[in-house]
Amino acid sequence: MLSAVTFYLLSATAVFSAMMVVLAKNPVRAVLFLILVFFSAAGLFILLGAEFLAMILIIVYVGAVAVLFLFVVMMLDIDFAQLKEGFIDNAPLGGLVALALAGILATTGLGWVSADNASSALQAPTPGDMTNVAALGAVLYDRYVFFFQIAGLVLLVAMIGTIVLTLRHRDGARRQDMHAQVTRKRTDCVEIVDIKSGEGIG
Amino acid sequence: MLEIGLGHYLALAAILFTIGVFGIFVNRKNVIILLMSVELILLSVNINLVAFSAYLGDLAGQVFAMFVLTVAAAEAAVGLAILVVFFRNRGDIMVEGINLMKG
Repeated sequence: MLSAVTFYLLSATAVFSAMMVVLAKNPVRAVLFLILVFFSAAGLFILLGAEFLAMILIIVYVGAVAVLFLFVVMMLDIDFAQLKEGFIDNAPLGGLVALALAGILATTGLGWVSADNASSALQAPTPGDMTNVAALGAVLYDRYVFFFQIAGLVLLVAMIGTIVLTLRHRDGARRQDMHAQVTRKRTDCVEIVDIKSGEGIG
Repeated sequence: MLEIGLGHYLALAAILFTIGVFGIFVNRKNVIILLMSVELILLSVNINLVAFSAYLGDLAGQVFAMFVLTVAAAEAAVGLAILVVFFRNRGDIMVEGINLMKG
């Protein structure tokens, strides 16, 4: 009973916020609603018993991706009203496609049945005596370790790509020159001057 | 109605997916909202994976959802980087102007 109420509450929040993400006039609001979608999805994951993924969703999505979106939205000086111009023109087509897609998904969902041997074809059955995190770790670092490494590689490539894309050298910027610093001699920069007392330096 | 089953989660994921596709169609000019719609679609896929994982008792779904999450994060980072470079070059983020960058 309680889980049903929680499910409906969280899914209503998720659907409403997702609509607001799509329809919001101000992209900053859209990002904030996106964060709300992620939070309610994290709640649903906890309801399903996938605690680790729920926490990852909050840390990675809310903590990193959504904040990245927020940064970009606030950093770029964009006329958002101009970007919203074609909204009404595109709405009928978008609505039509969405309706068709919903129809397809509903047909699939209503006609769908589980295969007879589904329960015997499990790739990694959930162990009963472990927490979700421990069970996931045992599977991830054992059976799926290759995929795990590949995922790390994907992140590395994305990181390098992002840095290469956005890094630019400006002419006026003063950058640190290690070689010049290290090879600098005392004689290049310090001069010992013998000054007679009372006269100062001319 | 009060017993939450796999179908409930699948329905929710389908609704979120549809909203994401709708968002791609109506926000054709705004790349930022486009990227957010793609994130919504990937989230709905994740909900599907985790729901199946929970109801079939198979952890592989959750592992796969984690990989989807990884790729989605990488995609968002690279997409936003491209957006920033594009904005530097043109001063706006109109999708119509992107084909001017060819060559």
